Amino acid sequence: MVALDIEVREGVDRETVEAVRSVGAYKYGWETDIETEYAPKGLDEDIVRLISAKNGEPEWLTEWRLDAFRRWRGMEEPTWAMVRYPPIDYQDQYYYAKPKSLSAKPASLDEVDPKLLATYEKLGIPLREQMVLAGVEGAEGAPAAARKVAVDAVFDSVSVGTTFKEELRRAGVIFCAISEAVREHPELVRKYLGSVVPPTDNFFATLNSAVFSDGSFVYVPPGVRCPMELSTYFRINAENTGQFERTLIIADRGSYVSYLEGCTAPRRETAQLHAAVVELVALEDAEIKYSTVQNWYPGDEQGRGGIYNFVTKRADCRGARSKVMWTQVETGSAITWKYPSCILRGDDSQGEFYSIAIANNFQQADTGTKMVHLGRNTRSRIVSKGISAGQAQNTYRGLVSMHPRAAGSRNHTQCDSLLIGDRCGAHTVPYIEVRNATSRVEHEATTSKIAEDQLFYCRSRGMSEEEAVALVVNGFCREVLQALPMEFALEAQSLVAISLEGSVG
Amino acid sequence: MTAAARLREDATRRRLAALGLPEGGAWANAARRAALERLAAMGLPVRRDEYWRHTDPATLNAPEAAAAELPDGAAPPAFDAIDSLRLVFVDGVFAPERSDDPRLAGVEIERLSEAATRDIHWARELYGTLEARGQDPVARPFAALNSAFATDGALIRASAAAERPVALIYLRESEASDAILHHCVKVEPGASLTVLEAGPGAARLNTVLEVEVAEGAAFHHVRVQGRDPARRSVTHLFGRIGAAARLKSFTLTKNGALTRNEAVLELAGAGGSAHVAGAALGDGAFHHDDTVFVTHAAPGCESRQVFKKVLRRGATGVFQGKILVRPAAQRTDGYQISQSLLLDEDCQFLAKPELEIYADDVKCSHGSTSGAIDETALFYLRARGVPRAEATDLLVLAFVAEALDEIEDDRLRAEVLARLEGWLTRHRS
Repeated sequence: MVALDIEVREGVDRETVEAVRSVGAYKYGWETDIETEYAPKGLDEDIVRLISAKNGEPEWLTEWRLDAFRRWRGMEEPTWAMVRYPPIDYQDQYYYAKPKSLSAKPASLDEVDPKLLATYEKLGIPLREQMVLAGVEGAEGAPAAARKVAVDAVFDSVSVGTTFKEELRRAGVIFCAISEAVREHPELVRKYLGSVVPPTDNFFATLNSAVFSDGSFVYVPPGVRCPMELSTYFRINAENTGQFERTLIIADRGSYVSYLEGCTAPRRETAQLHAAVVELVALEDAEIKYSTVQNWYPGDEQGRGGIYNFVTKRADCRGARSKVMWTQVETGSAITWKYPSCILRGDDSQGEFYSIAIANNFQQADTGTKMVHLGRNTRSRIVSKGISAGQAQNTYRGLVSMHPRAAGSRNHTQCDSLLIGDRCGAHTVPYIEVRNATSRVEHEATTSKIAEDQLFYCRSRGMSEEEAVALVVNGFCREVLQALPMEFALEAQSLVAISLEGSVG
Repeated sequence: MTAAARLREDATRRRLAALGLPEGGAWANAARRAALERLAAMGLPVRRDEYWRHTDPATLNAPEAAAAELPDGAAPPAFDAIDSLRLVFVDGVFAPERSDDPRLAGVEIERLSEAATRDIHWARELYGTLEARGQDPVARPFAALNSAFATDGALIRASAAAERPVALIYLRESEASDAILHHCVKVEPGASLTVLEAGPGAARLNTVLEVEVAEGAAFHHVRVQGRDPARRSVTHLFGRIGAAARLKSFTLTKNGALTRNEAVLELAGAGGSAHVAGAALGDGAFHHDDTVFVTHAAPGCESRQVFKKVLRRGATGVFQGKILVRPAAQRTDGYQISQSLLLDEDCQFLAKPELEIYADDVKCSHGSTSGAIDETALFYLRARGVPRAEATDLLVLAFVAEALDEIEDDRLRAEVLARLEGWLTRHRS
């Protein structure tokens, strides 16, 4: 645990401790000095056309974007979330930024600009096809326990490269940048793009539909269990640039895929916009596991800078007995506005949502889920753990809806909030709509602070206050941490500790 | 202007055109004018409003009350058997000849229509004041409308422990009566008072009850709304609870086409306690909405919200409850439960149980459940020879028991229970 690294004991070099303190807890705040090609600032139809042309898109997609853009101009930014931020000037942003070295698409990873490779190396995401042992660094050539993770790396507006493509192709799995999928698999993209989150869905999703630049595309054919974890790593590097990625995952009948998503950005004085759309489609008997560790730059201790994270994530459990599991660890971003949802359309389909949201300093998080039960005997489970510290505001917002046709369905929701310090806030806004009598819905929520006796117990065994808090908080989050794939669970656990540094004492 | 804003403006204009501001003494005129200004600024509700998503305000907004068939007069109103001081209102107008002599040791009782003609009155500090405080952060237009246009009601001030409850009995004799009643209750430091409310009241009834519970005082409120399937009511209870003071309110609702009961309670002094509970039984065209907002503004206070709904044949239950804990309210203990039992397939339950917390040393929890009757429990009872209908009734009674337990007085609880059992017998499948 990182908290251990900075504990102050006799004989520990004070300077080191202070140095660590002064940099703050955010480890990924550095930037890569790389020549970047921008589209002109601002947003109009020409910019939309330019992004479409840069990606070499067919005309139907250009028109699709333009339709979204025209609609977006008439839409109003939503205000219902419990987040406050100065008005965003949508004309004062770059909507497309691409490292110059990527202007000719590299044929293989060997041709990628070493600076970019080094960036991902530094982030702990090596873009080499190597075995990665869960959470342990330097595990190359490790024995049997090693697992493979295929990575698609998105840098500002473009995908840098995707690993293990060949091996995945042999299994029939398509894993590539969405810009590539538009060219290589237009029939799949055209069939599914916007079928879960239509371009008309909401202000930020419509904006994304107009200007999305890259993101990942996954297709798992019928009956295939994806041979390795798939992962996308999003990095914002350029200043004043919004990132608008679009992810589309289709699990065909009886298939299984586990997908991980990570994100970071440099420290900057000004806030940056991130508005992504993620669409998941699970057909009959398919299962998708989607895990996120969101660690965008959260802004500094005074609340300056940070990422504004407005994300629309939705899964359509289209087929009978399909299953989608969302797991998220939200520690970053100045503003989080995110509600990964499941439309449980197929009979006996299942949706699960496990979330840890941590807000420290001046962070504001308004996050939760929607479980829309349309099919019979559908089941959903929600476990949400919100932690507020400093002067942060953390809101769980959720909807559980049982339609008249969804007979015999079940939902259980548990949302717990923990407050650390007396200047933060923790809020719960669940909507429960039950429109048939044979379904059961249960919702429970608690809010409390860390029990003094638990802290005392840890302290009396020689732990520092921060370690004790980290331990108690990890216990509080355990149910969610357990739902994460092992590689992420370890990282998330230490992230929980880091995010809360400086929140006590 | 958006479509919703146009609808709101239209509804407000049409309603206000049908109403005239009553003339009274200086204090009443000032309070009514201020309330009218509040109403004009916020406008009447529309379906797009966050707190009207599940309840259509159209029939409450309409300039005229829709006619509602008169209830059959056979059963006496609730609390007839309770020794109380009865104040009877017929279609929203106080009926002195049918009421008891309003004299009770330690309690001052006056009629609003009379007090309003005077220039100075103690109620000046209360009338419309708690209502105005309760408008933020959520607008409650029907309460502002009530403060502006109410002509009748009771003003009650208790300065000692009242020996009998005061019962507000609402009778109905007209098919299309549209009544607005405004009551103010002030319980002075250390005093205690119980107020009962019963009866259908009017085809459309709008009541506001403002209660100031001073330091160390206690206020109990037990209400029975019912026996009147076509009635529409919108009621507001505004309570301000002082240090070490207590407020307890319980409502039993049986039928009615539309009932919206709002409770807006503020724990303003340290160590106060506020309990608000309700049991609603609905069959058929029944829409029942409990909207509760409890604010903890002082340290060491306790609050409980317990709401149970039993829904039959297409009935709809709505619960919107909130606990707001302000930064100063350390050591808060807040509890909220909303549950519904759906006895038939086409019933619905729509809930939004909210917590908004700005203090860290708190213990707040809420729960909400919805489902059909437990078949295992039913089987257990039937296996022991209890017929299905009786077994169902038993389980329903067990389900609502937690809400009923919020009535402290044994006689009152027994009276409410008897009403509840009567309803179950009449509405067996």
